Amino acid sequence: MSAITRAEVAHLAKLARLDLSEAELDHYATQLDVILGAVARVSEVATPDVAATSHPIAMTNVFREDVRHQTLTAEAALSAAPAVEDSRFRVPRILDES
Amino acid sequence: MSELIKLDAATIAANIAAGDVSAVEVAQAHLDRITAVDAKVHAFLHVDTEGALAQAAKVDAKRSAGEKLGPLAGVPLALKDILAIKGLPTTCGSKILEGWIPAYNSTVVNRLHAADIVILGKTNMDEFAMGSSTEYSAYGPTHNPWDLDRIPGGSGGGSAAALAAYEAPLAIGTDTGGSIRQPAAVTGTVGVKPTYGAVSRFGLVALASSLDQVGPCARTVLDTALLHEAIAGYDPADSTSINQPVPNVVAAAKRGDVKGLKIGLIKQLSGEGYQAGVEQRFQETVEMLEGLGAEITVVDCPSFEYALGAYYLILPSECSSNLAKFDGMRFGMRVGDDSNRSVEEVMSMTRAAGFGPEVKRRIMLGTYALSSGYYDAYYGSAQKVRTLISQDFNAAFEKVDVLISPTAPTTAFKLGEKVDDPLAMYLNDVATIPVNLAGNCGMSLPIGLAPEDGMPVGLQIMAPVMADDRLYNVGAAVEAELKSRWGHLLIAEAPAL
Repeated sequence: MSAITRAEVAHLAKLARLDLSEAELDHYATQLDVILGAVARVSEVATPDVAATSHPIAMTNVFREDVRHQTLTAEAALSAAPAVEDSRFRVPRILDES
Repeated sequence: MSELIKLDAATIAANIAAGDVSAVEVAQAHLDRITAVDAKVHAFLHVDTEGALAQAAKVDAKRSAGEKLGPLAGVPLALKDILAIKGLPTTCGSKILEGWIPAYNSTVVNRLHAADIVILGKTNMDEFAMGSSTEYSAYGPTHNPWDLDRIPGGSGGGSAAALAAYEAPLAIGTDTGGSIRQPAAVTGTVGVKPTYGAVSRFGLVALASSLDQVGPCARTVLDTALLHEAIAGYDPADSTSINQPVPNVVAAAKRGDVKGLKIGLIKQLSGEGYQAGVEQRFQETVEMLEGLGAEITVVDCPSFEYALGAYYLILPSECSSNLAKFDGMRFGMRVGDDSNRSVEEVMSMTRAAGFGPEVKRRIMLGTYALSSGYYDAYYGSAQKVRTLISQDFNAAFEKVDVLISPTAPTTAFKLGEKVDDPLAMYLNDVATIPVNLAGNCGMSLPIGLAPEDGMPVGLQIMAPVMADDRLYNVGAAVEAELKSRWGHLLIAEAPAL
């Protein structure tokens, strides 16, 4: 497995929506490389014959009864929003309109 | 200092039920203690004085009306700041949630209310439960009551420190890789990670959904069992909740008999990397258990050597996905919204300003491990290791009833010692992680002080899925034998503050 580059860290930060400073990018490039180097050992024993486990206690098709029940009111759901307009979450520009 | 705060939870509840003391007096004594010592300890992020006294007054009114009270009615509790409680802040130790007031209760909080347990406030933690020292809290670290220059463990260091400082006799923690057990070990208290799915996670802010579990913390094994019983059980609001009866943990905590019990020592969880004083206390405990009639065998779990690697791929992967919801759109902090910037820019600025260094590190690690081209080598391999670890546990539990190890490789280290060395910090979890990966249950309880630094050492007991009662049986036996040798519990040796 290849070493992680600074350019890759910058790309990851973009994907993860983290507006990192130049200093942070340098710092994380070094640290992520060290951490990945240590954890990459898992591939030593992860042979093709071993099944993957995604969930420790297997359950399938957990359903609930399809009945109406009390949920949060719009007012309660909006109570902690950073910006509200017309009983809705107000968000920054989503489409490029400029 | 009021003697009320030194009592265990079972005794407090019995005294309240008998009318020897009121729930309001008990709550006030603990609130006074918090006022007196929390400036030094910093276990709490938010103290709900008014709410606690009101809840306590309700318990007293119930008693006056002749209503039957539960086994923990009127007992104060410290709640980790990662569980939602309506009307009080929930920060998860993060700036991004500063000032967020949930509009609903977590199921655990509803259960605590139903048991008439008095919630004193919210406890400090590593940001979004990522850490082993509480140093990654955005609100400053918690200090270990045994030595204020040392860490109280993490992520639930606030809950454990509140117990050790006699600020509360009960606390709630969450354990994703050891966040209940390691703080218990380094503060000389008791903590249990129940079987995955045994306690509802509705209203718990998720870190890694295939690993997270809520659990009880206290100063005695019986108190921990009573709290376990109060919070555990099926909840239709949590799709991972196990629909089976809760094992009888309270009866097991009252039994405490290991005669004829088969106990396995995990070869991989001792030796290199474990502090001498930790090993010494652990070996003494093994001999003690043998003296009490247990059969000790050494068990080989070869895949455990890969557990840490698997964990630090699975956890970042799941957290990078879970924490995507903190984008400044529906709740929490929003930065840079000048009605000109795009939504992506505002999200990126908000998350950069709102998250601390460890959270950013793990989000990027997870984003990398899940990205195309690396997915199979990292995340895919880690999931396979998870299967191997479960197989090791299953094979071991065919031979023995419970497994034991030291809870943590070292005692509490100094604040600041490992904060800039992520790999050194991650190694604290080496003995607690296998249980989270396999979904079974584990307990930590105090077994003495390490001679070299005078700090508490924890014993970890591990049992199969939905056999949580075995933890309490063995824990009670160890606790009772040590108490008879010392004439008191280990926690009685903690400094006065």
